[in-house]
Amino acid sequence: MEFKDTKGIFQQIADNICDKIISGEFPVGSKIPSVREQAAAMGVNQNTIMRTYMELQRDNIISNQRGIGFFVTESAPQKIINMRKEEFFDVHLPEFMRQVKLLNLTKDELKPLLDQLNENHENK
Amino acid sequence: MIEINNLNFKYGKQAKLFNELSFSEEAGSIVGLLGKNGAGKSTLLKLLTGLLAAPNNSIQTLGDNPFKRLPRFLEEVYFVPEEYELPAVKISEFIQANAQFYPRFDNEKLHQIMIDFELDPKSRLSKMSYGQRKKFLIAFALSTNCKLLVLDEPTNGLDIPSKAVFRKVVASSLSDDQLVLISTHQVKDIENLIDKLLILDKGCIKMHSSIWEISENYSFTTVSQLTEGEILYSEVAPSGYKVLKKAKRANTNVDIELLFNAVTQGVTLN
Repeated sequence: MEFKDTKGIFQQIADNICDKIISGEFPVGSKIPSVREQAAAMGVNQNTIMRTYMELQRDNIISNQRGIGFFVTESAPQKIINMRKEEFFDVHLPEFMRQVKLLNLTKDELKPLLDQLNENHENK
Repeated sequence: MIEINNLNFKYGKQAKLFNELSFSEEAGSIVGLLGKNGAGKSTLLKLLTGLLAAPNNSIQTLGDNPFKRLPRFLEEVYFVPEEYELPAVKISEFIQANAQFYPRFDNEKLHQIMIDFELDPKSRLSKMSYGQRKKFLIAFALSTNCKLLVLDEPTNGLDIPSKAVFRKVVASSLSDDQLVLISTHQVKDIENLIDKLLILDKGCIKMHSSIWEISENYSFTTVSQLTEGEILYSEVAPSGYKVLKKAKRANTNVDIELLFNAVTQGVTLN
C-alpha cells in the first residue's frame, strides 16, 4: 500500500488558498495576497507562488487583472467544491471503505457518520 | 548571466576537479547548488565570482571574465562565503565603508532586515557570534541589490527562528533581474526557497532542472512494499520505502534528498 504522502508545494499553496475561498476569508471578487506578500509570509520562492497562481488561473479560480493583482472569480467556490468532491471520491472514500471492511465496522459504530448524512440530506 | 563552457579545473598537481563542466543560468531564480563534500561547490562559486582563475575564458559571469575583476563586475556581485574574517569595527562603520561600492545599495532594506534578524548596528563585528555575523552579511548582501548573489552554506550557524527569517527575507526581497546561487548541505532549510536545482557530482553537472519540472515528471512516495515496475530509486524508511518513480503530474512533494542520492548513485532521470 501507499501511505498518505505530503502533497507538493504547489498543491499545498493552492489548497490553502482554496480553503480560504470556501471558508469565506477570501470572498468572491476579493483580491488575494500578491505573489510577493505570499513569498514574504511563507518564505517560499516567488516563482513557485506565481506557478501556483497560474494554475489557479487556468482552473478559473482566480483571475489576473493586469497591474492590479489576482481576484477570486464568481465561479471559484463551486469549482473548488466540485474539485474537492472529485478528490473525495477518488482518494478518501476508497481508503475509508477499505478501513471499514478491514475493521468490519457496523452501522452502530458509524452512527455519527449516518447522523451527519441524514442531517445533510434534510438540509438539501 | 552565468555561462560556463567546458570548464576544466584542478588545484596544482591534484586530480581534476571539473571535467568539461558546462551550464548556464539566467536572472530571476534562486538556484540550489548541491554536491557531496569535496565535489567542488565552493571552488565553483569562487571561479564564478573571480576569486579563482578559470582556464581558457571558460566562464562568463554577467558577460565578463570574472577573474578580470572589472569594477562593473564587482559592483554587481556579492559573495557570502562559508568562512570569513571581518574587521573589528561596529556594524554601522562596516556599512559606511562598504555600501558605497554598490550603486543600488538600499539602506532602508538593510535596516529592515537587521530588525528582522534582531541585529543591533552598534554591535562590534569581532564580538558577535558566527551566526550573528552570518546574519549581518546576508542582510548586507541582500541590500546591495547586486545582480548576482552567491551564498555558501548561508544557514550554517543560524538558530531555528533565524532560518525561517532567512527564507522570508530572501523570498521577498529579490527582483526579476537578480540571480541567487545557494550552495548547501542543509536541504530542508531551503527546499521551498529555491526554484531550481543544480547537482554537482564527479566533476560535472549531473542535474540542472526546475523544481516545477521535477514535480511534473516524477513522484516521491512512501510504500510498505517494493513492487516490480517503474521504480527508479528507493531507500529504506521507518514506514517502509521511500520511492522515486517517473510519473506525470503526481503532485507529490519533491524529496530533494532522495533525488540527490538517486542522481549521485548514477540513476539517470530523463
